[in-house]
Amino acid sequence: MKELTMEREFPPDSKKHRRNATLLSVLVLGLGQLYNRQYVKGLIMMAFYAIGMYTAIFRLPHALWALITLGEQETSLKKVGRLYKQVMGDHSIFLMVEGLVTVFVMIVLVWLYAAGIKDAYRTGKLREEGVTPNTFKQTLSFVTAYRFPHIVLAIPLIGVVFFTVMPILFMILIAFTDFTRENMPPKSLIDWQGFKAFEDIFRIKAWRHTFFSVTLWTFVWAFLATITGYFGGFAVALLVQQKDIRLRSLWRTIFILPFAIPMFVSTLILRNIFNGQFGPVNQYLSLIGIERIPWLSDPMWAKLTLILANFWLSFPVSMLMIIGILATIPKDMYEAADIDGASGFQKVRLITFPMVMFSMAPLIIMQFAANINNFNIVYLLTDGKPVNGNFQFAGHTDILITWLFKLSMDQGQYNLASVIGIFIFIVLSVFAIWNVRNTKAFKEEEAS
Amino acid sequence: MIGKKAAKVTRLSFSYVALTIIAVFCIYPALWVLMSSFRTGSSLFSETILPTSYTFSHYTDLFAKRPFAVWYVNTLKIAVTSMILGTILTLLTGYALSVFRFKGRKNLMSILLVLGLFPGFMSMIAIFILLNQMNLLNTHLAVIIVYAAGAPLFFLFAKSYFDTIPRSLVEAARIDGAGHMPIFFRIVLPLSTPLIVYTALMTFTGAFTDFIFAKLVLRSPDKKTLAVGLFDMIGDRFSNEFTMFAAGCVLAAVPVTILFILMQRFLVDGLTAGADKG
Repeated sequence: MKELTMEREFPPDSKKHRRNATLLSVLVLGLGQLYNRQYVKGLIMMAFYAIGMYTAIFRLPHALWALITLGEQETSLKKVGRLYKQVMGDHSIFLMVEGLVTVFVMIVLVWLYAAGIKDAYRTGKLREEGVTPNTFKQTLSFVTAYRFPHIVLAIPLIGVVFFTVMPILFMILIAFTDFTRENMPPKSLIDWQGFKAFEDIFRIKAWRHTFFSVTLWTFVWAFLATITGYFGGFAVALLVQQKDIRLRSLWRTIFILPFAIPMFVSTLILRNIFNGQFGPVNQYLSLIGIERIPWLSDPMWAKLTLILANFWLSFPVSMLMIIGILATIPKDMYEAADIDGASGFQKVRLITFPMVMFSMAPLIIMQFAANINNFNIVYLLTDGKPVNGNFQFAGHTDILITWLFKLSMDQGQYNLASVIGIFIFIVLSVFAIWNVRNTKAFKEEEAS
Repeated sequence: MIGKKAAKVTRLSFSYVALTIIAVFCIYPALWVLMSSFRTGSSLFSETILPTSYTFSHYTDLFAKRPFAVWYVNTLKIAVTSMILGTILTLLTGYALSVFRFKGRKNLMSILLVLGLFPGFMSMIAIFILLNQMNLLNTHLAVIIVYAAGAPLFFLFAKSYFDTIPRSLVEAARIDGAGHMPIFFRIVLPLSTPLIVYTALMTFTGAFTDFIFAKLVLRSPDKKTLAVGLFDMIGDRFSNEFTMFAAGCVLAAVPVTILFILMQRFLVDGLTAGADKG
């Protein structure tokens, strides 16, 4: 029989070490390492094992219960002796966050467990091959030499997981609950309600209307804001970088001003400058005999003001970027064009523009994505106003992200706000992933 | 020949006129606020472009009637600490992703880039609850942690900068027996001044000017930052202290503006980090 011959070729205990170490590790993480005579490592792993067992036994069942039920005990009045006392019920939201954190920690611990078993197996195998296992000191130097990127990345990644990934997951979960201000813990319990919030937004006419109008304006806004900023910056960059312009750096410094002034300050200032009643712009207009313009109170004007203000704020960045890219265009292209007798305009159209466009394309896409989410300017300049009576809690100039903010912070419609958050998430991810896949910085790397 | 010269003169004079007009537009809001901050009275409206009488009282009022000095110190504390932590984290992330090759590296980069597009406050309720659980609400530590934890998402410039540092330099040091940390701090960082300046400047101003998250977390007046304090000053519908607000804006904006203008030569490379440079 085949098996028998196999056993004859290898002594029966040739796989002893790896088998024993693996089994011991499966039983209690770290025992395998102890068996392999890696004592410090074994003890450290056992400590993790203890934490893992504690979490799995005492924390995990509660966390799973919390995530599934979101609490069962409602806050109520209970008779204690002769008096009615308020008994605090379960706080669904806290339960949800705690549950999420516990599950996260558990996943990390299980991963450690698997890694520990794998390590015991590998060390056991090495021992069978006659290699003495690493001492703790050797292990440490191995880890610092070859696992350096992992260790270095661990710290920022923990931060990202806790303050970016977890909250996004939480937001996604909220969309499937009935969490609103009227239904708020600890007063009442929250329940899973499936896709009801999604249905509400798309079925109820007023919500659907608001959603589509705000989404449309968000994209129009992002498009116009990006295009104006980009071409404005382009034009100014070309103006400044002309060969025979004097005091170039002075001009540049002046043009950076809107970018250098902290944005919240300049936006609040612009809001006052465009103030319909008392603002200086209207005042100057009336001096030259033009009627006051309702910069911020008329829907169309407010949208225009938003784009104007954004233009003012964003053209310096584009200008700086394009000046940077202009420097990378090879001079001989222009010299060749001169010999061929090209006019200045032709040179711009046929050399400068395509070259800059080629380099800037990924940045323009990112700018567009950022403008979809440009909360600050809308919130600080118009706050979404003027109010639109046909919209659900949104104004004429509200974009998705400010509507989301109003829905959750002012109206307390947390689940509906989360649905919009998910929508924004999907839209932005598409842009970002497309961009990442098409950017040279990512593509060409394999060659190096 | 004469025609060409005339064309050049027209082009140049046209350019200078355009540049001047743009310059006026760029300077005007800053100038207007500066003028308003020296104007007597407290209202937004003024009959004349230049103030008729000047006063310093709005500046002194800021310190006498409002805890402006406290706000300033708070903001500087938060901004400087976030800057140090955030810069270190960003540089290390960029370095690890640039120099080393390991499994899942590309996916990790894509994920970080996608996450970087999301403003932190989109999931503010969750962060709020997390901070509440950690007993960190209304503390500066909370704001610092969140700013510093968010900084590594903007690792791209750091990564592409480190990509340009010759690999042979690092490898030679490795062969000589230097550890990764000493290589990073003694060899790589000294070659990366523009990167450090840019990252530090961006994290500093990010923390200095953020108001939406600070507003959510910092509740009591003695914890407020400049941005929150200034916003509250005119955010209130019935407030009528525009000139004092203007003075506050000037004081808050001047240091950051000067910093930006002094550091402008470091900005260009950082801003174009995602570009396809031939």
